[in-house]
Amino acid sequence: MNRHISEQYDAELDSARSLLLEMGGLVEQQLQQACQSLYNHDLDLADKVRTGDAAINQLEVDIDDLCAQIIARRQPAATDLRTLISVMKASTDLERIGDEAERIAKMAQKVANLKQPADHYGDIREMASMVHVMLADALDAFARLSAEGAVKVIDADEAVDDAYDNIVKEKGAAMKSDPDSIEQSLTILWVARALERCGDHAKNLCEYIVYLVKGTDVRHADAAAAVSDS
Amino acid sequence: MSEENKPIDEAAQSVPAPVIDRAAEDKDREPSPTSLLVDKLSLFYGSQQALVDIDMRIPQKEVTAFIGPSGCGKSTLLRCFNRMNDLIDGVTVNGHVLLDGYDIFAPEIDVAQLRRRIGMVFQRPNPFPKTIYENVAYGLRIQGAPPKAEMDEIVEWALRSAAIWDEVKDRLKESALGLSGGQQQRLVIARAVAVKPSVLLLDEPASALDPISTLKIEELIHQLKSEYTIVIVTHNMQQAARVSDNTAFLYLGELIEFGRTQQVFTNPQEQQTEDYITGRYG
Repeated sequence: MNRHISEQYDAELDSARSLLLEMGGLVEQQLQQACQSLYNHDLDLADKVRTGDAAINQLEVDIDDLCAQIIARRQPAATDLRTLISVMKASTDLERIGDEAERIAKMAQKVANLKQPADHYGDIREMASMVHVMLADALDAFARLSAEGAVKVIDADEAVDDAYDNIVKEKGAAMKSDPDSIEQSLTILWVARALERCGDHAKNLCEYIVYLVKGTDVRHADAAAAVSDS
Repeated sequence: MSEENKPIDEAAQSVPAPVIDRAAEDKDREPSPTSLLVDKLSLFYGSQQALVDIDMRIPQKEVTAFIGPSGCGKSTLLRCFNRMNDLIDGVTVNGHVLLDGYDIFAPEIDVAQLRRRIGMVFQRPNPFPKTIYENVAYGLRIQGAPPKAEMDEIVEWALRSAAIWDEVKDRLKESALGLSGGQQQRLVIARAVAVKPSVLLLDEPASALDPISTLKIEELIHQLKSEYTIVIVTHNMQQAARVSDNTAFLYLGELIEFGRTQQVFTNPQEQQTEDYITGRYG
């Protein structure tokens, strides 16, 4: 992409993109640590995640503010316009992932006094690692402006949804057969639900990347077909 | 309570809101009939080529904007449409421009008649040093003036069409030169409209005006397009984005991209267009 005649404009757009990536990095870390606090019944780490959400919220506000400033001053068009729209929408989804991380940390605090489940959260670990990869790949696709990378993440969401469905089935059965496990199982269900939502948000983020790069709105549509057509 | 007697609010609630898919609507829309068809148009100033093989279809009763850097040929192209370039020595034109199917460069075309069909408004308002009334009546008088009552009617209609009637109705006999720049420009548009053209060419019509007068001209363009095909040349890209239905981007005499304005400004297909509208070094 060529540079703007106004270097200041380039700098403003660069800072909007960098802020989003900074927010993405922070959200990734929050989600990782939230899961760790659950696996290890680590109250301190869970507490750290819960207080850490404020920084993410602040970044969302800062990004919106910066984008509004650029829109008002520059009347962006074409890629510049799509960049700002995508950054603003993506920051909303990242903020939501931050909220889910906080929710997982809250669950971790609730179960910290219970005994570890027999499989040491094996099913959650598996699902969480899929979501971590999705989020990392989504941020990578954003940084590299890769529509193809974004489509891969969009496609990966199905596996996360399947993993969630399996956990729901398993825990439903477990609660019936062993009423003592209800508290534990319910917590795991809540965490699985939060992770499933994180997958959806990562997918949304990638839909904005496709819009940014290709100019096609692939929400509620076949993203792979839209990208290979254009 | 019978279905017909339901209060309006309640009836409205029972009807599901229609789902409007604007993108699909635009895709599926019937293309407007063609007003001007430009076919392999090239223009030379002496040996210097200013327009290169331009092909373009300008739809009826829509606003088409020409954008591009200075010297890209946008004003030259606009001036071809009412043969203003005939007035410049050493100009050679190849190719065709069809207005409603007729070649405007054909030898049998009466240029004065053509310019009545295709009116033009320039960057600097150029009212005649006459009264406001006479400015509008001028074109009609040349064609053979209608009776006074009819003339009055047409003048009022033209001034109303140009959204300036309320500001001048009590001073029709005063000099047009006493009007502000923005009012003069709307008066000139009224003068162009009075002879009932089918096309209006606007060459930077607002670039000499203040922001409020500019908005009034833009609003006027929006109203006029229900009656006229409008082609506007503008340096102001936001203006093109605001007022036009179609946008043509010209560069070094070539038509680089022509498309629906909403698409050109959000997702241009050509890198040169992208660079220009986003203010990048091409």
